[in-house]
Amino acid sequence: MSFPWAKHYAPKHPLTRFLDEKLPLPRLVYNAVGAGYPVPRNLNYMYNFGVLAGFCLLLQIVTGVILAMHYAPNSLVAFGSTEHIMRDVNWGWMLRYGHANGASFFFVVVYLHIFRGFFYGSYKAPREMIWLLGVVIFLLMMATAFMGYVLPWGQMSYWGAKVITGLFSAIPLVGEPLQVWLLGGYAPDNAALNRFFSLHFLLPFVIAGVVILHIWALHIPGSTNPTGVEVKSESDTVPFHPYYTAKDGFGLGVFLICYCAFVFFLPNYLGHPDNYIEANALSTPAHIVPEWYFWPFYAILRAFTADIFFIPAKLMGVLAMFSAILVWFFLPWLDNSPVRSGHYRPLFRKFFWFGLIPTMAVLFYCGGAAAEEPYVMLSQVATAYYFLHFLVVLPIVSRIEKPKPLPFSITEAVLGSDNKAVLSENAKSAV
Amino acid sequence: MIRFIGIAAGAFFALSVLWAFVTGAYSAATEPAPETAEHAFHKHPKELHLASDGPFGTWNLEQLQRGYQVYKEVCSACHSLKFVAMRDLEQLGYSEAEVKAEAASWTVPGIDPNTGETTTRPGEPTDYFPSPYPNNVAAAAANNNAIPPDLSLMTKARHDGSAYVYSLLTGFQQQPTELLKKFPSAKTPEGLHYNPYFANLNLAMAPPLTMDGQVTYADGTKATIDQMAQDVSAFLTWTAEPTMPKRKQTGWPVLGFLLFATILAYMAKQQIWSNVKPAKNKQDD
Ligand code: HEC
Ligand code: HEM
Repeated sequence: MSFPWAKHYAPKHPLTRFLDEKLPLPRLVYNAVGAGYPVPRNLNYMYNFGVLAGFCLLLQIVTGVILAMHYAPNSLVAFGSTEHIMRDVNWGWMLRYGHANGASFFFVVVYLHIFRGFFYGSYKAPREMIWLLGVVIFLLMMATAFMGYVLPWGQMSYWGAKVITGLFSAIPLVGEPLQVWLLGGYAPDNAALNRFFSLHFLLPFVIAGVVILHIWALHIPGSTNPTGVEVKSESDTVPFHPYYTAKDGFGLGVFLICYCAFVFFLPNYLGHPDNYIEANALSTPAHIVPEWYFWPFYAILRAFTADIFFIPAKLMGVLAMFSAILVWFFLPWLDNSPVRSGHYRPLFRKFFWFGLIPTMAVLFYCGGAAAEEPYVMLSQVATAYYFLHFLVVLPIVSRIEKPKPLPFSITEAVLGSDNKAVLSENAKSAV
Repeated sequence: MIRFIGIAAGAFFALSVLWAFVTGAYSAATEPAPETAEHAFHKHPKELHLASDGPFGTWNLEQLQRGYQVYKEVCSACHSLKFVAMRDLEQLGYSEAEVKAEAASWTVPGIDPNTGETTTRPGEPTDYFPSPYPNNVAAAAANNNAIPPDLSLMTKARHDGSAYVYSLLTGFQQQPTELLKKFPSAKTPEGLHYNPYFANLNLAMAPPLTMDGQVTYADGTKATIDQMAQDVSAFLTWTAEPTMPKRKQTGWPVLGFLLFATILAYMAKQQIWSNVKPAKNKQDD
């Protein structure tokens, strides 16, 4: 499962030997994130975000479980119980701000992790399964975050729940009954709040399970690296511990500084003031917006303002919003360039930096803005490019592009030469 | 095969959304959205500087005490503070005995111990600042159909909260004549009051602070309208998040520790990697 030169776990202490016989947990850790796992020596800081995502999941579970000890999932008291946490529970304000900002930072980290994958072609064979599991994690995260945001039962909680579950009513025939079934009523109320709480508690553990599969699948081929050239020999790798534990430790420090700056000094910056008003079914907020990490997809939803033949605009928007994430599932087969890393793909790289990245920026911006001009038109243009990029540009570019020459190996890329490369050149000329 | 289906699907989504773009652009060009009075005359809050601003900010207790006095003597006629308990006043620098006496000066709903009828009784430190109305219907009936909102979280529930409350309280004025000229139908309805800081320009609250000296401050500060508005905004900043200074005071040592730990982690990482040539990829971009 690992490279042949991976170090072997050899417990010396009687206790670790005893454990290794009865329950080889230390061996598992040693081989998964210890000295027994060889990793490409040339990973840059974009490769820190996987470990950071795992840390965020842990952070959310720890803060979330303690919050759940004080929170009351009942529409009559939910808002007040959140304020009780903020005011009366010891360090309650820190837990709540930590959990709310933790969700935001989790998404920052995962977005960077995904875009690392886009650029370095991490989704390509033999890593398709890692990628597919990653997209599943992302979908589960979105569901979890959406339901978590409903729990404080503020105005945005309520109206966000109403708008998002209302999307299901766009589905022909079964839509309306489906929405009523999901909510347990015609509008969000106690029944909806209770089931959202139950699921919001459950899903992070499902995510944890899928993360285990994700990492299991990762350990079969091992990580990619910025050259995209697969590991060939021992000189291409270093053991995960201590090299990447040290590098990830430093990354974690930088992450925590940014995170704590928000928790302690700007705790409401990423939130919406309306969620400090208790839910009120009779008063609709002027602008209903979801949390910032949904903005690109919300912009895509709202970009479809015209009916297409027999498909109503609303249904088109819902289809497009879900498809925007579903296309990621097909990425390994849409982009079939044999070259992995964007560094060696001149045309791909242009479309990445001047197409996809500005498009995402526009979608982020417009999704948070009011549904008026020019934001609607801007998001329409960006939405068009978004779909063209994944479904048209990538398949065509991977066909016509002439990649740059790849280094022989990671070692050659790092050191400028690799003895084995010279040897194989000699062997070739000798033939 | 999948690539052909993909290209077809991509073209479908792109063309649909571009069609929406074209129809939207056409209707924007032929019938531009009419200007509204809210859009033209709404104002952003004025600047307000409080001792609690900024990463080192903390409460100015004298100001909070004055703000509490304004709340008690003016705003509490209509607004509750249902998340703030009278015992919390100790945080404003009152002694336990003072809080007890202060609480007793409030009247809160109670139950007659002999008959079980609902009645009123003097407040206790464990009570929360009550609404003067028995229920929302009564509140709306007394206020031109608008319910005076609970003020506990008001400064967190609006953009630029503290500055917004201050601007709202000092922003009541005559409706500008240009507004009436441009938007004759936007005349402030009977019973509402024009205020350019309020989202739709007209609100049901009559100007609560109307003259200098409306309250007589215990500390002798001159009670101008502007002073009272600032003080009550400061007080409502406290009611929205009494733990704010503790949050900032905790933040500094946390950040200091993290900075120190991160520098150590960086040095450890450099040390560990020093025998491996640093990751330098021969790339040309
Ligand atoms: C005579 C009753 C009355 C008094 C006294 C009063 N208010 Fe109000 N207040 C109202 C009503 C009614 C509303 C709801 C207005 C609306 O929604 O149109 C309101 C709304 C508000 C709002 C919310 C505005 C918004 O953005 O929705 C704030 C803030 C406010 N009052 C602050 C104060 C302060 C501070 C005081 C004391 C200085 C005060 N009020 C005194 C009746 C009162
Ligand atoms: C809870 C969320 C997640 C956790 C905890 C997590 C964890 C990890 C870890 C620890 C790694 C190895 C370190 C690295 O390469 O950065 C990794 C790799 C990877 N992740 Fe994730 N991940 C998460 C979400 C996602 C998502 C949402 C996607 C994609 C949609 C994704 C795609 C990948 C891929 C393709 C790899 C292999 C990358 C490579 O080696 O180049 N992950 N993940």
